[in-house]
Amino acid sequence: MPKLGDLLFKDTVGLTPGAKRRYWSETLAAYLYLLPAILIIVTFHFFPIFYAFFISLNKWSILQERFVGLQNYARLLWDPDLWNSLLVTIWYALGTVPFALAISLFIAILLFQNIQGRGIFRTVYFLPNITSVVAAAVVWGWVFNAQYGVINYFLELIGFQPLQWILEPTGVFKMFLENLGLNVPEWAGGPSLALVAVMIMTIWSAIGFNMIIYLAGLGNISKELYEAARIDGATEWQVFRKITFPLLSPTTFFLLVVSVIRSFRAFDGIYAMTTRNGPAGGPLNTTRTVTVYIYNTAFGAGNPKMGYAAAAAFILMAVVLILTIVQFRYVGEKVHYE
Amino acid sequence: MTSQSYRLLAPRKRARKRQGTWQLRLARWAGLALIYALLTLGALTMVFPFYWMVSTAFKSIQEALIFPPTLVPTEWLWSNFREAWEAAPFPRYFANTTFMASASTLGTLITTVLAAYAFARMRFFGKNVLFILFMATMMMPFEVILIPNFLIIKTLKWYNTFLALIVPWTASVFGIFLLRQFYLSLPKDLFDAAVIDGCSHFRFLWNVAVPLSVPALITVGIFSFLGSWNSLLWPLIVTSNPEMRPIQVGLTAFQSEAGSYYNRMMAAATLAVLPIVAMFLVAQKQFVEGIARTGLKG
Repeated sequence: MPKLGDLLFKDTVGLTPGAKRRYWSETLAAYLYLLPAILIIVTFHFFPIFYAFFISLNKWSILQERFVGLQNYARLLWDPDLWNSLLVTIWYALGTVPFALAISLFIAILLFQNIQGRGIFRTVYFLPNITSVVAAAVVWGWVFNAQYGVINYFLELIGFQPLQWILEPTGVFKMFLENLGLNVPEWAGGPSLALVAVMIMTIWSAIGFNMIIYLAGLGNISKELYEAARIDGATEWQVFRKITFPLLSPTTFFLLVVSVIRSFRAFDGIYAMTTRNGPAGGPLNTTRTVTVYIYNTAFGAGNPKMGYAAAAAFILMAVVLILTIVQFRYVGEKVHYE
Repeated sequence: MTSQSYRLLAPRKRARKRQGTWQLRLARWAGLALIYALLTLGALTMVFPFYWMVSTAFKSIQEALIFPPTLVPTEWLWSNFREAWEAAPFPRYFANTTFMASASTLGTLITTVLAAYAFARMRFFGKNVLFILFMATMMMPFEVILIPNFLIIKTLKWYNTFLALIVPWTASVFGIFLLRQFYLSLPKDLFDAAVIDGCSHFRFLWNVAVPLSVPALITVGIFSFLGSWNSLLWPLIVTSNPEMRPIQVGLTAFQSEAGSYYNRMMAAATLAVLPIVAMFLVAQKQFVEGIARTGLKG
């Protein structure tokens, strides 16, 4: 661990007085160049970290009321709303990340073959990703509309009952198993159908980004390996299992880490899709992720609880940090680097 | 992409041609047909929500609210767009968003170029410490600094002003990092030659470094503009006045205001999506290369 002093002064060690003067005048110039960035980053990105922690130690509505120490954190640990929203977030991550990764890998491999019209396909698959999540949520909300939605129309065409989609708080496992005549307790109900609708939209919008990264990863795999495999008579599946997938594992790992972080922080789509009747996160809070919970607590209807929400944000940060470390520890070591 | 892509099927194709049996040729065609079928099916799924948005936007309200729905509007009504445009202050929303996104992009480019250059090409006191400090802010999730930033905006009396929408987004640590890497990769001789010719830092930056880094600047600019145009959470928090709403907040609000006028809602969504889609189709290469190069968006 280098000492702070060494880090700061190592440039000036052993300089002649003239060189030292030039060094300090260059320092002055450099800080003029850096001034705008420093002002913004310190005011709105660096200082707020400490301010947030201070707020979280207070009972704080719109204004600071009184210092309460770690009381907000202690109360949050026993707050069923927080745990409930964490569970929703975990379902959301489990229901989006693996599917989005698998589908985009599949599409990327298909697009990587020797085919015509690759550019058009790539554009089409990528388009949802640049579309604002809000507009996408408005459109998907209409597609999933319980009364007039086109998805229900398709369901009817293939002989299913129409569903309530974003209005349906019942867990999908429960719905499915009860159709088979099984009785399912509430806790085993799984994510609500409303959350599944949000997940479908999320997967739709995430595919393009993952696909582009996968295509870049595929471009980096050495062609000789494939040729050698062909000569040895490997099947397509063997090539995928033994060459493509292992050599893409750094890309997959990168996408996994980024996607998990994103899904734990997702807000826009869920807010825009579920905020129509009552606060965001409905029906019955079954789509209320931690981020939405933080927003509702600090800025939603009713008395703002900023101190409490700030503490919840730190808890979310800790969860994401732990998850990222776990991924590096247990998934990262399986990654194959060339 | 095309030039470096490898034809997975090629060697086997050649082998098959040598053998030339019609069974193998059939298998090859079937494989290709399957790939095209899967890709087309996937593409249709991806496009369908866009199609459904646009087609609903053209329907009359009676036609929008029938079940089973019509897959193609029986009558194409342009009037929905005008009605949506007039039902809420959309012109204002668009003007707000355009100004907000352009200003924060311009600001980001300026602060990024200056800071990245200083980090890459200048020697100064506290460089490493400052750089580590900058990078550390990248690790912080936005939710954590949301509440303090809201209070800072209130303290500065910037609530419901453009300053609140723009100023916090006029610097990007990620952009600084990206551009610094680029400036570091410029040959040192280029810089030394300029210094010998008596070229100042600022002239070198403006006449040599900036023109050379245009592709990287476009990447930073695109992500900054896109992030600003598509942002919801921050504008939602620092504006309450409808006059100050950017388009995403306006669209969310319109969703509740429009009630069951789904045709107008889809018309509004179409209008909100259109500028970015147009920008994407024009600058597609830069978008895709930017993402492939940096692995980040927004």
